[in-house]
Amino acid sequence: MKKQKQTHVPSTNYFDLLSEEIVFSILDFLDDNPLDKKSFSLVCKSFYTTESLHRRALKPLRSEHLTKILHRFPCITNLDLSLCPRIDDSSLKVISNVCKNMLRSIDLSRTKFFTHVGLSNLVVNCVNLVEIDLSNATELKDPAAAAIAEAKNLERLWLGRCKAITDIGIGCVAVGCKKLRLISLKWCLGIGDLGVGLIAVKCKEIRSLDLSYLPITKKCLLPILELQYLEDLFLEGCFGIDDDSLAALKKGCKSLETLDMSSCQNVSHVGLSSLTSGTACLRQLVLAYGSPVTLALADSLQKLSMLQSIKLDGCLVTCPGLKAIGNWCISLRELSLSKCLGVTDEGLSSLVTKHKDLRKLDVTCCRKITHVSIAHITNSCTSLISLRMESCTLVSREAFVLIGQRCQFLEELDLTDNEIDDEGLKSISRCSKLSNLKLGICLNITDEGLAQIGLCCSQLIELDLYRSAGIMDTGILAIARGCPGLEMVNIAYCKEITDHSLISLSRCSKLNTLETRGCPLITSLGLAAIAVGCKQLVKLDIKKCYNIDDAGMIPLAHFSQNLRQINLSYSSVTDVGLLSLASISCLQSMTILHLKGLTPSGLAAALLACGGLTKVKLQESFKSLLPRHLFKHLEARGCVFQWRDKVFQIIEMALRSTFYYLQAEVDPIFWKLQLEDVE
Amino acid sequence: MIGRIDQQFPGFNQRPETPPSAAFNPNSQLKIPDASKTQDWDPRTMLSNLSFLEDKIHQLQDLVHLIVGRRAEVVGRSNEFVPQQQQLITADLTSIIVQLISTAGSLLPSSKHSLPSVTPIVTQLGQLDGGLFPTGSGLNGFVPPHNGVSKVEDQSNQIDPTNVCGPEQNYSVEENESKDEEDADDGENLPPGSYEILQLEKEEILAPHTHFCVICGKGFKRDANLRMHMRGHGDEYKTPAALAKPHKESNSEPMLIKRYSCPYVGCKRNKDHKKFQPLKTILCVKNHYKRTHCYKSYTCSRCNTKKFSVLADLKTHEKHCGRDKWLCSCGTTFSRKDKLFGHIALFQGHSPAIPSDETKGLAGHSDRGEIDEAPNKVARLDFNFSSDTSIEGGIHNATNSKGSVDDPTGYFSPLNFDTCNFNGFREFSRNPFDDSESSFSFLISGSCKYPGKTGEEPGSNDLQR
Repeated sequence: MKKQKQTHVPSTNYFDLLSEEIVFSILDFLDDNPLDKKSFSLVCKSFYTTESLHRRALKPLRSEHLTKILHRFPCITNLDLSLCPRIDDSSLKVISNVCKNMLRSIDLSRTKFFTHVGLSNLVVNCVNLVEIDLSNATELKDPAAAAIAEAKNLERLWLGRCKAITDIGIGCVAVGCKKLRLISLKWCLGIGDLGVGLIAVKCKEIRSLDLSYLPITKKCLLPILELQYLEDLFLEGCFGIDDDSLAALKKGCKSLETLDMSSCQNVSHVGLSSLTSGTACLRQLVLAYGSPVTLALADSLQKLSMLQSIKLDGCLVTCPGLKAIGNWCISLRELSLSKCLGVTDEGLSSLVTKHKDLRKLDVTCCRKITHVSIAHITNSCTSLISLRMESCTLVSREAFVLIGQRCQFLEELDLTDNEIDDEGLKSISRCSKLSNLKLGICLNITDEGLAQIGLCCSQLIELDLYRSAGIMDTGILAIARGCPGLEMVNIAYCKEITDHSLISLSRCSKLNTLETRGCPLITSLGLAAIAVGCKQLVKLDIKKCYNIDDAGMIPLAHFSQNLRQINLSYSSVTDVGLLSLASISCLQSMTILHLKGLTPSGLAAALLACGGLTKVKLQESFKSLLPRHLFKHLEARGCVFQWRDKVFQIIEMALRSTFYYLQAEVDPIFWKLQLEDVE
Repeated sequence: MIGRIDQQFPGFNQRPETPPSAAFNPNSQLKIPDASKTQDWDPRTMLSNLSFLEDKIHQLQDLVHLIVGRRAEVVGRSNEFVPQQQQLITADLTSIIVQLISTAGSLLPSSKHSLPSVTPIVTQLGQLDGGLFPTGSGLNGFVPPHNGVSKVEDQSNQIDPTNVCGPEQNYSVEENESKDEEDADDGENLPPGSYEILQLEKEEILAPHTHFCVICGKGFKRDANLRMHMRGHGDEYKTPAALAKPHKESNSEPMLIKRYSCPYVGCKRNKDHKKFQPLKTILCVKNHYKRTHCYKSYTCSRCNTKKFSVLADLKTHEKHCGRDKWLCSCGTTFSRKDKLFGHIALFQGHSPAIPSDETKGLAGHSDRGEIDEAPNKVARLDFNFSSDTSIEGGIHNATNSKGSVDDPTGYFSPLNFDTCNFNGFREFSRNPFDDSESSFSFLISGSCKYPGKTGEEPGSNDLQR
């Protein structure tokens, strides 16, 4: 930023020579970091104006200044209000009066307090609206739907969890919004066959239809399948749909590409086989938590000649079923068997040897597989990009070496709760494209292996070391040095980690999520380093970092102006620290349990000062200590309170360095042993 | 029609001895005085028709005379001509009957107005007795009376439909066809001819009572009640035999299934209709006729729009009227939601309408008034703020961020904290430096925002560099 200022100091502005289009196309490249554009606009007045005219999308955090910012950015087409805790009818009125015809997309998915009056205002004034997201607007009733129906140009509409809207309301939308291409009605429990049927009859342009968890039956399925352009159909958890209903599929929907029938308990292979005859273009099929994957089921899907991806998560799987999938003529790109019971080496091996083109494979919690499966997977599926194998505990250490040797295109690797050791890690470091590595609860790894990852995997974005007890500062240092692009780091319960790790991580300027839960050696000094270096920090969890106190909060309050979510439970932060956080105007979610230095008045002051709060987790005891109208007031601002009454053990607190109980809490090995005892 | 006529011939042949004139004259005589009362009737046409008929009858008489003469002459000679002659005569007779009926039918449109003094031609062909409409004696030989229900003879097929249809055109047929289907089982597919078609007359259908006292004329809904009534007219009616249920005629021949025809010509339930669907019971006939061809005199007292001709229908409607109204934007109401959605699916531009009370109720929730609410009020809370120096520092930090507080576009609730007192908290509402941008934090870059803070936290600034 300062460099720019310096170049700008000479009296003539060279940028004046550039046309607006050229500056705009330069600005197009400044998308990665939102602060870059901010810096640009602060250079001079002309830059300010140019940037104002260039900006198309806006995601404000508060509704108070909508008028001002909407006037500053006159060309806004996409407005995302999901971070505003409170959007009422007057806010919508402001938007509709300022944006008028420019506005094409508005996201109201997490906001509250507006009614059909505001919506109607918006829709009438902003006639070019193409996209409205109203998910989670549980208060909205049919009049709101009727208001939306006036948006004649609407193409995409999300109404997930709008439980109070009924067939009548959705009927209005169906009649009014003829151009609809996408509509999501997930969890709209008030809508049944009649409403959905009418959508299918009236909105012929529909491409994507989400009807998950609706009380619908085959009555509305027929008109849906007559939709000429329907590509994506989501029927997750539709218990009213059974084999008979699917028999109707025989007739139609040649255009269908994605079908989600997860948790449809009343659909068996009989229904699925009638499905295969009608939908030739199907590319993606989701049958998670459905009927058992048997030979019959596998055979019934054999005819799907375009199928690329199939998800069978949570299904009971048989060996003949997997073998039959292996014998399909097509070559799958994506296969998910997460949490499937009955996946064995024999079945999985015969499957993967046939589908050599697999890009993504998920065998999470397939606890019976051993190194045999891994050997087959790595042998045949060499172009794997994503491999998720959390809790495959029978897989031996040697198997992980194979992964690094043969699957070098891996970008995502989940090895949580596995037996991998340093040798395995060293081998995996050959996957130079690795961006997402999960090594949670891997008790055999140490700094030695992790350092190798840091040396070779420079593109790492996400690293999870949750409860990986062997990791210490040297490992993290190597990672921080080798992976400047890190965005998410989890070192929770790595009890040996000290401030040195945090200081080294502070050079990862893109870091937005940091979890250091249960690292007792971390102090405010380390946190301050993070605050200064990682200005894009959005989520921070310092629960049970007993040595972090107010001294850590103050730099955080100054530098982490993007922080939205913080967990301070069990830390040594007091009133002062909490109150200082109020200067972070984006702060939305706070978990403040068991802060022993927190007084009721300090808490009240902090809560009042943080104007953007949407979610606060508090101890039950504060409920009676603070005036009730304070909570009412905060709730009216858009804040939701969650009360916890878990009793904090003072003895545990006092003896925290030596007490066995706490040892178990912090020490991963103890923790795992305890876990196994329970099992 | 011709085919039917051919079938009818045997009926005539059974009594060839009866001179046609004897049978028909009373009929025409009966007609003429009645017809003279009516207004739209042209006597000249009638006269010419009658004289034409007279000529025909005379010709027929001559022919029969001739045959009688020939029979006397040649007794044993060829009988081969006889059937031909008979056929000739019956053909002539038939055409006379047709002419006669159509002539009589021309009286009908006007006769409607003078009911019940004039009865339609159908009535006269197969007349009920009941003491109401005495018929000519000549007719009794032709069509026997049949328990108040006229057994429709096939001749009635030959009635010119247009003539009969005329008077009833003020009732619409289509209007009630759908309803009509409800009161007869359409699933029944009796082959034509396998059942006997009975046709009640209009007056009969509409008559409130079906049983009348022959002495005083009082009407009853039930025969049993009539019999009880008859006791008052004399001892002879008090005998057990008279009081007992009238004995059902036990015919040795198998009972034909009875089905009913609506007297309204052109109606689907009329036996002349191409797709004739018979009605099953007399009750069906009554309801059908009232619903379809009668004025709807019962109006619902709740909605004042729905009208019915059958009282029971009104009562059924009133049970549901006003409740569960499914409303379309076009104003049509439906008792069932699926009917409404069917309607909307069918038409362009119609959409479900939301009851106005629901809209009003929600509109009240809008929080527009809040904009004017002074945000300062919010700060006035009764927290026991100790004015410790440590807290002071915290407050300063807090206030820095709260550039937004002085902006009047309120995000504060309408809750009023006027009554609460406060100490040391007022600083919150004031803004130490007026930074118009600090509120939308997506623009905030930490380092350039806090020039004044460097003195307070030297440590953190060291880290920054």
